Amino acid sequence: MSTPALSPVEIIKADSRRLRGTLVESLADAVTGSIAEADTHVIKFHGSYQQDDRDRRDERRLQKLEPDYQFMIRTRLPGGVVTPQQWLRLDEIATTYGNASLRLTSRQAFQFHGVIKTELKTTLQAINATLIDTVAACGDVNRNVMVAANPLQSSAHADVYAQATQLSEFLRPHTRAYYEIWLDEEKVADSGEEVEPIYGATYLPRKFKIGFAIPPVNDVDVFSNDLGFIAIVDDGEVLGYNVSAGGGLGATHGDANTYPRLADVLGFVPRDKVIAVAQAVVTTQRDFGNRTERKRARLKYTIDDRGLEWFKAEVEKRLGFAFAPARPFRFDHNGDRFGWTEGENGNWHLTLHIEAGRIVDRDGASHRTGLREIAAIHGGEFRLTPNQNLIVANVAPDQRARIDALIAAHGLDGYRVATPLRLNSIACVALPTCALAMAEAERYLPEILGKIQALLDAHGLRDAPIHFRISGCPNGCSRPYLGEIALVGKGPGRYNLMLGADARGQRLNVLHRENIDEGDILQTLDGLFERYAAERDEREGFGDFLVRRGVVVERNQATS
Amino acid sequence: MLGRLDVHIMSAEPIHTLIPFPDDKAAMLARLVEGLDRANLHWLSGYAAGLAAQPANAEPEPIAAPGAEAATHVTVLYGSQTGNAKRLAEKLARQIESAGLSARLLRADAYPLRELKSERFLYIVISTQGDGDPPEDSRGFVEFLTSKRAPTLDNLKFSVLGLGDSSYAKFCAVGMQIDARLKELGATRLFERGDADLDIDSVATPWLQSAATVAREQIKSAPVRANVTPLWAARTAATWTRERPFSADVLANQRISATNGTKDIRHIELSLGDSGLVYEPGDSIGVWPTNPPHLVADILDTLKLDPQSIVTHADETLPLERWLSDKRELTRLARPLVVAHAARARQGELDGIVASPESLQPFLKDRQFIDLLRAYPANWDAASLVAALNPLTPRLYSIASSLKFAENEVHLTVAHLDYDAFGHSHVGAASHFLATRDEENRIPIYVESNDRFRLPRDASRDVIMIGPGTGVAPFRAFVQERAAIGARGRNWLFFGNPHFRSDFLYQIEWQAALKRGELHKIDLAFSRDQAEKVYVQHTLRRRGRALFDWLEGGAHVYVCGDATHMAKDVHAALREVIVEHGGKSVEDAEAYLSQLAADRRYCRDVY
Ligand code: SRM
Ligand SMILES: Cc1cc2nc3c(=O)[nH]c(=O)nc-3n(C[C@H](O)[C@H](O)[C@H](O)COP(=O)(O)OP(=O)(O)OC[C@H]3O[C@@H](n4cnc5c(N)ncnc54)[C@H](O)[C@@H]3O)c2cc1C
Ligand SMILES: Cc1cc2nc3c(=O)[nH]c(=O)nc-3n(C[C@H](O)[C@H](O)[C@H](O)COP(=O)(O)O)c2cc1C
Ligand code: SF4
Repeated sequence: MSTPALSPVEIIKADSRRLRGTLVESLADAVTGSIAEADTHVIKFHGSYQQDDRDRRDERRLQKLEPDYQFMIRTRLPGGVVTPQQWLRLDEIATTYGNASLRLTSRQAFQFHGVIKTELKTTLQAINATLIDTVAACGDVNRNVMVAANPLQSSAHADVYAQATQLSEFLRPHTRAYYEIWLDEEKVADSGEEVEPIYGATYLPRKFKIGFAIPPVNDVDVFSNDLGFIAIVDDGEVLGYNVSAGGGLGATHGDANTYPRLADVLGFVPRDKVIAVAQAVVTTQRDFGNRTERKRARLKYTIDDRGLEWFKAEVEKRLGFAFAPARPFRFDHNGDRFGWTEGENGNWHLTLHIEAGRIVDRDGASHRTGLREIAAIHGGEFRLTPNQNLIVANVAPDQRARIDALIAAHGLDGYRVATPLRLNSIACVALPTCALAMAEAERYLPEILGKIQALLDAHGLRDAPIHFRISGCPNGCSRPYLGEIALVGKGPGRYNLMLGADARGQRLNVLHRENIDEGDILQTLDGLFERYAAERDEREGFGDFLVRRGVVVERNQATS
Repeated sequence: MLGRLDVHIMSAEPIHTLIPFPDDKAAMLARLVEGLDRANLHWLSGYAAGLAAQPANAEPEPIAAPGAEAATHVTVLYGSQTGNAKRLAEKLARQIESAGLSARLLRADAYPLRELKSERFLYIVISTQGDGDPPEDSRGFVEFLTSKRAPTLDNLKFSVLGLGDSSYAKFCAVGMQIDARLKELGATRLFERGDADLDIDSVATPWLQSAATVAREQIKSAPVRANVTPLWAARTAATWTRERPFSADVLANQRISATNGTKDIRHIELSLGDSGLVYEPGDSIGVWPTNPPHLVADILDTLKLDPQSIVTHADETLPLERWLSDKRELTRLARPLVVAHAARARQGELDGIVASPESLQPFLKDRQFIDLLRAYPANWDAASLVAALNPLTPRLYSIASSLKFAENEVHLTVAHLDYDAFGHSHVGAASHFLATRDEENRIPIYVESNDRFRLPRDASRDVIMIGPGTGVAPFRAFVQERAAIGARGRNWLFFGNPHFRSDFLYQIEWQAALKRGELHKIDLAFSRDQAEKVYVQHTLRRRGRALFDWLEGGAHVYVCGDATHMAKDVHAALREVIVEHGGKSVEDAEAYLSQLAADRRYCRDVY
């Protein structure tokens, strides 16, 4: 039997001279706003995607113009923490080079959209000048490390955050390509042949995601990550972590070999083993992950193809010790808690709702200006949440009034009046920038939420805390498979309606109706809301209700 | 031997007087051509030419109908978004080739649409996307096929495999649409269409099987027949002139500057229909505009004149409205008209302006007649007005196509003049007329030939084309022509406009030409994309070394576009390049350019 051929991206990586490719030549090509096809894969490792304005694609084709190519840039920002000074600079960059919006992602990072090729280098330089970079924000490497944003347990949070940041640094690629291409660093002797101690010459078979959760809040949806660390905290002290592996949500319509999968808990490790565990898991995936078929290259498939026992044994072999039995933990929630909360140190944290994570000035809602003004006076930091929201963190008690005045003046106080449905919603970017979108998500969110809310209101369910998520395609960037109600795009105006996840990130939802339009979606939900209103137990969530009543049959339960 | 029969047949002279062979043959020929229409005659001439081109011993079989010669290969065309259709098409092509037949595998956007009418044997594998839409790569193909420009396809045999997902309302809609349309255009369906659902292979495998089998049967059994050489271009019709323009059907009127940009540039395609009009790259098209109706109405309103009042002038009698819309120049102001108007308006200010050429010149340039009427009210009677206004003149537009590429069509690149001045919007007569025509309209045109702007006769010469803005138009024709004749010389284009994203005229065509090796170099100057303005003259200087080498190597230089600034700046830049890289004095460099011009190697068409 001959070995199956490597997937084309593997060859591009291998030929890329440690992620250089022909980016320099591509940037210099004045005839097109795009870069060479192979470079579109390479540039991801530098934190950028080539996109085009899909709203204009067809019109421009007729105009004999190439697509309106532009680049999305994603920062690497473990735990989503930035200073007010950094905020101000990033905001300015969005105006100067981007589409005048800042996008908070579902993994606590910033995205800039609409940067054109000729300004890409200047933009990356400007971002780096803020001491934030974009290395490995995308690509077949470890991605932005998520950390529970919940500020209630300030000291545990600070501790976990520090460990996550260390791990993020540890897993950073060693190539100097980024610095040579974007920051004009001099080439040195090993340029193009740098040793990548963790990754090797072809990096990982696929993206790799790590999240740190601090129970009882599962805002990071830890089981959707390739590798999860669930902090075991005792009396404010982080003892160690339960380690989970094999989570991942992406799927392809109509291809049963691809599916969302929640991670399995492997066991407990003491706190000083975080890096060792990550190294063992990452290198196992590096050596055994599928490099012939990208659709099947995530760790979740490596584990399913070879068996969990094999995987655990391989990791333990690399670690040189065995996992201890998992410690008990409990998650009660995977959303955010809005409004002011007091931290342990006497400072306050304000969690703001940012719809779909898009910070932009609109009529009557000058969010971007408002946050700029807050940044100008804020003495603490900002934290991006995994639910695309924003925490103004560490506010001294005497500053609260000023900040409250600013959020009111700029319409940032929506969290006070928004219903739980709206507060607990996530939408991926989708159209017009995402090349993979099949249907609207972010742009459609306000409208569909309004329509669903109207149904809830009609059934006396106005304040039902239902988690709603929408993605423009089955890749699942809004983690829709963990939504109590989710829409997964299938075509223009058409979605798969997924129902029945819990609101704790521990049970996947299931396909309820395939490929339906808004009318059918609303009609289906209307009937279910009617039953929910009449038949639910006290405090029973919508997803749990649907499972209990057998409306949906659960398919996968994360080990706990 | 049969000679250029077509020309003679088309002439008014009796046919036998010109034929160089025995009388009996001549009589047969006369009988043969009697009553044949133009298309039959063209076909016949091509058939004869095809015979003449065959080796002496080849015995061609008689032909049943024009163009019925059988397929020699199978074209497998696919449209695919996520690769399924592509994969199947590739498989089919392999199967066909392994049966010893020749297969041409093409993605829909790589299919030369003009070849469709001569296509004989076509398999299409295509998926449905969006809400029953074609895949991205097939939009152009499907649009063409479903448009009124689609040719009749009586000689085409085909079958379609559609891919889709039955959970969508419009299951396999595109496959069905193409299948039906090909049939409607006269093509013969070889076997039933396949509509493959997500379990693609259950339908695709049998379909591919049939496709391979049918190809093997049909293509092997077809006899070899004579080729028909098309001789359309051999006709020189001087029938259509400036005074007697041809009414050309509009095939396309497409904005080619981005909608979010500032300029409105149109690509306009006209059909030459049965006019017999021919042209060479470098020629222009004369267009007779109709004045903008709202402008005619504004003038009539302002002067309170009756649109229907009958005016006779120079032996022609028409209602005033017709005079103004079809016969008189309304948008270009001339001195005599201003003088006449000043006499009526009796305003010192206007008299003062007319008195000095320094003030009159800019005054004329900036204004249209309506501005004059608004600023300096005066009375006009209908007859005096018609007499005072200049007769309408046609406008010229550089031809942007080669007949060898866009057969029987002519393409133009038109900047739609549309601007605000004196508190009102203004348009240019002809550019607005063209920009507002659609496929229902006809446009009066003629060919204005220009022997001073011709490609080198020696096709191995390099050409340097400098054409910012709409000046790029003739170079589209040049590149098409040079590609069609397989010219060995290299082509170098200098183009400029305000913005890369919105104003890179014909961007995707230049990209494709570069890829195919039909354009060898392109240098761009987008003036407003950076702090300092950059124009073509700057890129010429920057490329001075190579430019001079090309010149020394015998290249021809062409400049087209704006005459007021660009042509002068480009001339100065060329001179500088020659000074710097040729080590010449300024005078010698000027002489060098003069010599190039005298040798017809430095040609300008500026306006
Ligand atoms: C911005 C963001 C969504 C958002 O609205 O916040 C996002 C946006 C995109 N994701 Fe994602 N993903 C984002 C979180 C996720 C998540 C959620 C998570 O990680 O918690 C998932 C599901 C978890 C997972 O990875 O399994 C996710 C699964 C994907 C996939 C499917 C991966 C798979 O294994 O099948 C793709 C497609 C791919 O990789 O081929 C994808 C690809 C993309 C791309 C880059 C599209 C592309 O490849 O061309 C999207 C860019 C859209 C745009 O215009 O900005 N994105 N993506 C999130 C950025 C996170 C970050 O800062 O790093
Ligand atoms: C050989 C030749 C080739 C040509 N090729 C092309 C070609 O390929 N493409 C093309 O688009 N044109 C081409 N032109 C120019 C074209 O012939 C017309 O002159 C042009 O389209 C304007 O005509 P119009 O009838 O629209 O405007 P007109 O009705 O003639 O002019 C309207 C008024 O606008 C004023 N005006 C002109 N330009 C401006 C401006 N930018 N801002 C404000 N006022 C202005 C004029 O002074 C006039 O008062 C060519 C000309 C020549 C001689
Ligand atoms: C966004 C999207 C929209 C689609 N819309 C339709 C549709 O309207 N009708 C249909 O029959 N199939 C539809 N399909 C299904 C595709 O035609 C099907 O997946 C096919 O196998 C794709 O073939 P390709 O890979 O060659 O593009 C759609 C698929 C996608 C991703
Ligand atoms: S889920 Fe799909 S549509 Fe949405 S951002 Fe991710 S890749 Fe794009």
